[in-house]
Amino acid sequence: MEPDLGLLLNAIVSGLLLGGFYALATMGLTIAFGMLDVVNIAHPTFIILGAFATYLLSMQTGLDPVLACIILLPLFFLFGRYFYDLYYRLFERRGDSAISGLAFFFGILFVFEVSLSMLFGPEQRQIDVPYAWTSFSIGLVDFPLRMVVPCLLALAAFAAITAFFRFTFIGRAVAAVGQDEEALRFVGINPLRIKRLAFGLSLLMAGLAGGGLLLIQPVDPWSGHTFIGRVFAICILGGLASMRGTLVAALLFGVLENMTATYIGPAWSPAVAFGLLLLTLAVRPQGLFAR
Amino acid sequence: MLSEVISPHLAAGRNPALAGARRFYAGVAAVTLGIFLAFHWVGSEYLWFSSYVVLQYVVLATAWNILGGYAGYVNFGSAAFFAVGSYTTVLLYKLGIPSLPLMILAAGGVSGLLGLGMGYLTLRLRGAYFSIATLCLAVLLQTIITNWDFLGGSRGAYIIRPDVSGFFASYVEVLFAVILGLAAGSVCLARIIEKSKLGYGLAAIRDDEIAAEASGVPTLRLKLVATTVSGALMGMAGAPMPYYATFVEPASAFGLSYAVNAMAMPLIGGLKTWLGPVIGALILGSVQQVATVTISSALNLLLVGLLLIAFLILAPQGIMGLLRRRGGRPS
Amino acid sequence: MTQRFGKLAVRAGILATMALTALPAVIAQAAEPIKIGFSMALTGGLAGNGKAALAAMQIWEEEVNAKGGLIGRPVQLVYYDDQSSGATVPGIYTKLLDVDKVDIVMSGYSTAAIAPALPIVIQRKMLFQTLLGFNMNSEYKYDRYFSMIPAGPDAIHNFTKGFVETAMALDPKPKSIAIVALDAEFPKRAADGLKDNLKNTGMKIVYDRSYPPSTVDFLPVMRAVQAAKPDIVYMVSYPVDSAGLVRAAREVGLNARMVGGGMVGPQLGTFKAAMGPALNNMVIWDTYVPEKTLNFPGIDQLLAKYQPVAAKLGIDPLGFYVPPLAYTNMQILEQAITAVGKIDQGALADYMHKHTFKTVLGDVKFDKYGEWAEERLILVQYRGIKDNNIEQFKQPGTQVILYPKQFKSGDIVTPFNK
Repeated sequence: MEPDLGLLLNAIVSGLLLGGFYALATMGLTIAFGMLDVVNIAHPTFIILGAFATYLLSMQTGLDPVLACIILLPLFFLFGRYFYDLYYRLFERRGDSAISGLAFFFGILFVFEVSLSMLFGPEQRQIDVPYAWTSFSIGLVDFPLRMVVPCLLALAAFAAITAFFRFTFIGRAVAAVGQDEEALRFVGINPLRIKRLAFGLSLLMAGLAGGGLLLIQPVDPWSGHTFIGRVFAICILGGLASMRGTLVAALLFGVLENMTATYIGPAWSPAVAFGLLLLTLAVRPQGLFAR
Repeated sequence: MLSEVISPHLAAGRNPALAGARRFYAGVAAVTLGIFLAFHWVGSEYLWFSSYVVLQYVVLATAWNILGGYAGYVNFGSAAFFAVGSYTTVLLYKLGIPSLPLMILAAGGVSGLLGLGMGYLTLRLRGAYFSIATLCLAVLLQTIITNWDFLGGSRGAYIIRPDVSGFFASYVEVLFAVILGLAAGSVCLARIIEKSKLGYGLAAIRDDEIAAEASGVPTLRLKLVATTVSGALMGMAGAPMPYYATFVEPASAFGLSYAVNAMAMPLIGGLKTWLGPVIGALILGSVQQVATVTISSALNLLLVGLLLIAFLILAPQGIMGLLRRRGGRPS
Repeated sequence: MTQRFGKLAVRAGILATMALTALPAVIAQAAEPIKIGFSMALTGGLAGNGKAALAAMQIWEEEVNAKGGLIGRPVQLVYYDDQSSGATVPGIYTKLLDVDKVDIVMSGYSTAAIAPALPIVIQRKMLFQTLLGFNMNSEYKYDRYFSMIPAGPDAIHNFTKGFVETAMALDPKPKSIAIVALDAEFPKRAADGLKDNLKNTGMKIVYDRSYPPSTVDFLPVMRAVQAAKPDIVYMVSYPVDSAGLVRAAREVGLNARMVGGGMVGPQLGTFKAAMGPALNNMVIWDTYVPEKTLNFPGIDQLLAKYQPVAAKLGIDPLGFYVPPLAYTNMQILEQAITAVGKIDQGALADYMHKHTFKTVLGDVKFDKYGEWAEERLILVQYRGIKDNNIEQFKQPGTQVILYPKQFKSGDIVTPFNK
């Protein structure tokens, strides 16, 4: 293929947009895995759960899926909060959480997927919003709204959560809980309360990502598998506990995937992206952007 | 190759319990032979096929447990090792060397090397990182196999079973005998490791890796041996698979259910001994086989998931833990 | 064979104690049902089509039993979920044959279910009617195999024949083509066949890439296609990707003259409704659409029975794709058993080879390897789709048949972007 500026620019921009969605999908995991040390391998399944909940509400009321998803956010939060309670009581408190915890989330992944397929059937679900088919262009570059909206959601969520971690007392406590639980006790905060809150936030982000995913592609109960590898790869690349690292890593991941797809052939894009992660783990296990 | 790697650690461990070990081997041999003859006498292909699947999981779960149970390193990529084993068979078949024993050895060698390589690349990582890395390895390998046209690529590969004559009723029985032998072998190997210096070293790593390192346990070397042996066994479990299914394609060879089962079975059975994964595989594998032809709906899969969660919550030490607790109470 | 069964019956008690199976004892009854056994994808990735196939087969079962059965015996479907995975299939078929002792076996849905069952079925010399398996019998050449996919004797080439012929009939003749295929068994083989068909047409392949099943964003793929400036775009994909490809094609404003090909997805009702107007002018293969030229006796009644069932089960609401094929399989079996008058695997296979069957998909005749003697895939172009309402796809004229000649209901409209 001859060099083509438009092709190159579009590969980069569409990669950034895709990366934006990846960031949305990963930020929740960064909270759970990076800050709380909860290896929530079912995170993508929670995203799918969010997508199905959004689908239901949107179909029932005719609301825009993004709006429907935002209305559901408190529900996702509460679900996460109580889910963590359960997890804490069953595993973390018992001490040997490492293997059983991992396996527990694996089991959860399985159970939720199967339950979804029993409830909704195996067909793919999709919501049609008029703007899903529109795209605008600046110069040579196209911006399909289907990809732009989730990316904007991601940026908004990123801004909100970074501000929350930086400027509020509770937020700072959340950011600290993974690093030093004892310090929190000294200032009179119950670490469990903070962890519950943080996991609630994590699932809230998963729900939001579910709403975004519904715009991007049709969703079936097994759609989460596509993302398991990706979100963990991005989380680790981003240095685990850093929101900014997650965003940068997600964008990099998206661009790399789409550049490979454009120039080498889409068949190799997963290999290139995951190869990067393996290399990172081998050479710089603390992630590309860890401080 | 395997025995070379392990033997230095064995010598010390074997002596104290020599009599026990002898009794154990005799028991394994008797059970194996007994099962084989009983099944031969029944002569049902269905029995051979469904038992094949269960026994394949005995090998896979035992292999997973050597790294996951003994050393506490959770491998999410079991399906990759299994698939590499299957595809080694496909490779030899396509090269015109359709000899099953050779295929199993080659599969063990290739997957073992893969395990060693993965170990070098990732074992310096903390627990969860290691698990994620194994997951990525699976994606990477699947992409390579999918794009490797000689092995059928994404089109899949057909394998035609040879005819048999003589003692065996059909090739299915041969496959059953092979996997039965592999299961017996891997159980013996797991027990040898468990009772050897290697096993104690791995247990020390599981309990506290830093302390183990400080007290002079060569942690990296032990872990490398464990990843190699575990990977090799998984590959060997996958080697006869193409003959069982007669059609192999990447999506199902790398299927999630192998990864789930390889992990769930030892967890349900009990992690710290060789018997745990065997019990777990026999129970969970049989339940799945029965459920496939009775419940036969999504409920079947749900059952596996719920069973796993229930065990994690109610019996975190697995069935072995339950038995031990009951046995230990009077004293 | 009979000896084998005798041996088995004696030892059935031991089997039960092995606790590997809960086998219901076969009790001889006055009119013992004809048991028809198969595996079916009721969970997993293929479950949508698997359940639709099962629904059609159950409609047949009910109809036959309401008529008083076949050769004086009721029929009974015995099926197990293969979880869309070939690994469960050998166990299921040996169970069906050894324990359930079914009279007839059929295949589950598509290659993953057919390939692992074939060696077992061949070994037992059973009749084997399969559902949507692409060129499966070429390795075994088994003479009791009958395929239910209207691709004809040379499936790999026939699958793309209509598309290539239609493209070459355009005026002026197209010069270049882009090929986009999913990295999976069927799409890759279809693309292979297409490339053979393109030889001697003078068409230049300007883009030929496959993408992995986990692809999320199809924009880079479509942009690369657009950059290659092809006259024709041929895509072969599975439903999730088909949706992504159609959207991406619209988003990059793909301006080829003819776009479509071997996509799987547009055959399904939910897909048609979800994509709506984006499908306009796409040229895609199919097996049945409600055009006047394809209105065979019985098809309307079948769909009328199927659609309410589908609404309840949450499966393909239109049922144009898999249900008629699955039902046709059963009709052929029914006609063969009635004519032969007994369950004799060899005689049934013989009859199937020699006769033409009247079905809801028209006349069906098999060649010596059990493929349809004549290919009967159709190529349709979507026209005048206004919105996402599913009802409009039940009307003739929205899916115009371009190929083959005997069913043609309209002429092609170009370019794609019109």
